[in-house]
Amino acid sequence: MAKLKISDLAKIKDRVHQDTSLREGGAQVKITVHMGTCGIASGARTILNTVMDALGETERTDIIVTTSGCAGLCSHEPMLTLERLGEEPIKYAKLDEAKARQIFMRHALEGEVQTDWALAKGTE
Amino acid sequence: MQELSLHILDVVENSLAAGAKLVTIEISENLEADLMTVVISDDGHGMSPSDAARATDPFVTSRTTRRVGLGLSLWQAHARAWDGDLELSSKPSLGTRVKAWFSLSHIDRQPLGDWPGTITGLIMTRPGVDFLYRHQVGEDEFELDSREIKAELGVEALTDAHVAAFLKDEISQALAALGSTA
Ligand SMILES: Nc1ncnc2c1ncn2[C@@H]1O[C@H](COP(=O)(O)OP(=O)(O)OP(=O)(O)O)[C@@H](O)[C@H]1O
Ligand SMILES: [Mg+2]
Repeated sequence: MAKLKISDLAKIKDRVHQDTSLREGGAQVKITVHMGTCGIASGARTILNTVMDALGETERTDIIVTTSGCAGLCSHEPMLTLERLGEEPIKYAKLDEAKARQIFMRHALEGEVQTDWALAKGTE
Repeated sequence: MQELSLHILDVVENSLAAGAKLVTIEISENLEADLMTVVISDDGHGMSPSDAARATDPFVTSRTTRRVGLGLSLWQAHARAWDGDLELSSKPSLGTRVKAWFSLSHIDRQPLGDWPGTITGLIMTRPGVDFLYRHQVGEDEFELDSREIKAELGVEALTDAHVAAFLKDEISQALAALGSTA
């Protein structure tokens, strides 16, 4: 039976340790992609992969990407919530790949809230 | 839902919502028997026998935000449309197992789709949950156990975007080596 080659994993071990030792300062940005059937059916997986790829292109180790269940706002899916340490979390709605990438580049990396796509407060 | 991967992701989301610590995903492609089987099992909080019996009914949900649950009923409807079905077994506080099977060659069968991206996304975003993935094509099998990655590289590695990219690549190659036609 073929198995994931642990020897290959070992090759990237040094890289990982380098990455994670830098992360000791704690996460500065947390990105949560909302799943649930509506989210998945409307493209949440693509949003998640877009964010993961964008993160992989940077050297940032203080950004974490996670998922949560359905946000209960089916008609606004796909959605993500972006929280920068010490700032109010912002929910973004009706995303596509291009929007998700821009939100990552501008808000996650630079701190500029992309107000056009942010879900109005109180909609929750 | 346009891909098998998305259905699998959706069923796994139920497992995660049920507090699973270990999720096992077994995919098998049997060309001779023209049969594809997808089994997702978890050690989450499970369901009572009456809830389990009704779980594939779209009007059954423990959701509070919407009155219908769609995931399982949709998956079952698709499996049935492709000459198969879905079977659910669950034990309170022990866990749940959802098995779907259908014809590999059915003209309407959805493609597996971006499975490497899907499973990698699950592993990366849920470092607190262990994933065991087995994929069988005929006599050949591939296995990935996130616990082994954790043991080798540490739990932090699971959330590392570079490790995720590496895993995604390994899984794509493994599927090609298996000769998956899904
Ligand atoms: N793995 C599981 N463990 C425990 N309970 C489950 C599991 N899978 C499904 N259930 C129960 O069955 C119900 C129906 O699941 P289903 O996926 O069809 O809909 P949902 O998750 O409620 O909503 P949706 O999938 O549309 O977001 C769930 O609400 C839950 O109570
Ligand atoms: Mg569901």
